[in-house]
Amino acid sequence: MTILVLAEHDNKSVRKATLNTVAAAQKIGGGIHVLVAGHDCAAAAKAAAQIAGVAKVLHADAPQLDDEIAENVAALIVSLAKGYTHILAPATSNGKNVLPRAAALLDCQQISDIVSIEGPDTFVRPIYAGNALATVKSSDPIRVITVRTTGFDAVAAAGGSAAVETIAAPADSGLSKFVGREVARSERPELTSARAVVSGGRGMGSGENFKILEPLADRLKAAMGASRAAVDAGFVPNDWQVGQTGKIVAPELYVAVGISGAIQHLAGMKDSRVIVAINKDEEAPIFQVADYGIVGDLFQIVPTLVEELKEQELKK
Amino acid sequence: MKVLVAVKRVVDFNVKVRVKADGSGVETANVKMSMNPFDEIALEEAVRLKEAGAASEIVAVSCGVAACQETLRTALAIGADRAILVQTDAELQPLAVAKLLKSIALKEAPRLVIMGKQAIDDDSNQTGQMLAALLGWSQATFASKVKMDKDSAEVTREVDGGLDTISVRLPAVVTTDLRLNEPRYVTLPNIMKAKKKPFETLTPEALGVDVKPRLATLKVVEPAKRKAGIKVADARALVDKLRNEAKVI
Ligand SMILES: Cc1cc2nc3c(=O)[nH]c(=O)nc-3n(C[C@H](O)[C@H](O)[C@H](O)COP(=O)(O)OP(=O)(O)OC[C@H]3O[C@@H](n4cnc5c(N)ncnc54)[C@H](O)[C@@H]3O)c2cc1C
Ligand SMILES: Cc1cc2nc3c(=O)[nH]c(=O)nc-3n(C[C@H](O)[C@H](O)[C@H](O)COP(=O)(O)OP(=O)(O)OC[C@H]3O[C@@H](n4cnc5c(N)ncnc54)[C@H](O)[C@@H]3O)c2cc1C
Repeated sequence: MTILVLAEHDNKSVRKATLNTVAAAQKIGGGIHVLVAGHDCAAAAKAAAQIAGVAKVLHADAPQLDDEIAENVAALIVSLAKGYTHILAPATSNGKNVLPRAAALLDCQQISDIVSIEGPDTFVRPIYAGNALATVKSSDPIRVITVRTTGFDAVAAAGGSAAVETIAAPADSGLSKFVGREVARSERPELTSARAVVSGGRGMGSGENFKILEPLADRLKAAMGASRAAVDAGFVPNDWQVGQTGKIVAPELYVAVGISGAIQHLAGMKDSRVIVAINKDEEAPIFQVADYGIVGDLFQIVPTLVEELKEQELKK
Repeated sequence: MKVLVAVKRVVDFNVKVRVKADGSGVETANVKMSMNPFDEIALEEAVRLKEAGAASEIVAVSCGVAACQETLRTALAIGADRAILVQTDAELQPLAVAKLLKSIALKEAPRLVIMGKQAIDDDSNQTGQMLAALLGWSQATFASKVKMDKDSAEVTREVDGGLDTISVRLPAVVTTDLRLNEPRYVTLPNIMKAKKKPFETLTPEALGVDVKPRLATLKVVEPAKRKAGIKVADARALVDKLRNEAKVI
């Protein structure tokens, strides 16, 4: 068995989602090859070669592979597929965009968003916003899989010494062109890999009011997230959305502020280790999953919480 | 320009689903069913394109059991001109749905297919990408803005890092994200009008598509429940618990 893992990277380094996906590949068992597809991405390929447990890195470097253009990356994966029993990608927006295209070209039914592995052809995946877990067995010759990163502890980014093989990329399909990217810049840790997350909901009332969460996030070294209602209302950018149809997070600590706890939101955070909820409605469903809840006005509680954290730090 | 919209009948998003006692799936008998919310957004986008003069005809397609008729009637009431049901009692997985939609697309020759980015039941997030692959067309997934041109469309996509904009050559498959638009409500007069619109029923056999599932569902279980937590009086008590009990700070 040999497994191909599609790396998530920014041409310079590999993202943590790659390490979780390699962890899933290790659970399946067999040789692991990592595909780094991009443009001027030799540094990322080198970083991938350091990942613990990786046997080989395939480095495909071409302008048409830049910017995660699905048509071209899928064609590359298909050109390599013959040698593999499994093809894995993290269930990031890039993995979700590219992999089903490759799967269809290989006439394989992809298995989306697996959270555990029962055997080389049998996997567990959440359905219905995580309200049920289905165990599915694939009858396809190549198992094409996206991996929910929160389901697998990352392997070490260092310690490996895989060979890097340069491979050719298929020609540009000419179907899609990259036009531009609006990156939400932030000094904070990345939402899906942060140790702590502070999320605000409709209860925040405005984008301006989200500022009161910043000192809290600073203290906790947290990423910031939001409910769909807060994103739809334009309080914060779309890439902050946590939930069934946003990002799936499972930090050590998740603090939900002014979020009611709709099932679609819970689907994105209920595997966090410790959940804190601050909500003025004591009946809010978020309290059913929260380890610790405070009932009250967030505009009073959040500032005092920040003060308390400061005080505790001084005592230390 | 003809637009094809795929709509799926799913358990309504407000329903708290229950896993069947025998572990064979989730309870869908006597449960409220609706159009997948992302597909409502897809349809709304098509209707807006038509209202703006960019689309000439909207064809809605659904694949599944006879009751998908209801979903298609809703689609017609929202503004689709015609409906096609590919009727089958077979379990349909995304690759099979993509193959069915491909055969419809080849017959109908739309310039644009709009569909949901994911169905809220199976949460696969595959069908649109697969359809684009099988047709050899361009794809623009997770769209939050679509701007049509003569031979291309400029699509803004919601991605992990923010927003990407790409230009795709037509014909193309676009899948919708939540913020593409806000779907309109269906009005009674439009429900009445929908009854007179053309409705065609086909079968996978007639289309020559093999829909045999590739994944066997061995069992479906409920996820482990979180144990109930506690309410604390104030911020000080919370910090104490986080530090000394949960040990996360
Ligand atoms: C197809 C589909 C997909 C969806 N995907 C997602 C998703 O991925 N993620 C997601 O989050 N949602 C998603 N939703 C939306 C979801 O159903 C809810 O509508 C949404 O999560 C509600 O957000 P909220 O909790 O911020 O708002 P509300 O439900 O309005 O809750 C606001 C809360 O704030 C509290 N509050 C108000 N003021 C204060 C105050 N001063 N102090 C303390 N508390 C206060 C209120 O008591 C209330 O509980 C989806 C819905 C659909 C149909
Ligand atoms: C009787 C029956 C039993 C089933 N049992 C199971 C089961 O036990 N386990 C299991 O995993 N699956 C089962 N399925 C299949 C499952 O419900 C999904 O239909 C299938 O896996 C497609 O996944 P998805 O909808 O999440 O695809 P996605 O790729 O998430 O869907 C994206 C978009 O594709 C379009 N689309 C998808 N399906 C259709 C459709 N049928 N018609 C028109 N457009 C569509 C929509 O625009 C949708 O927004 C069953 C289906 C049937 C009919």
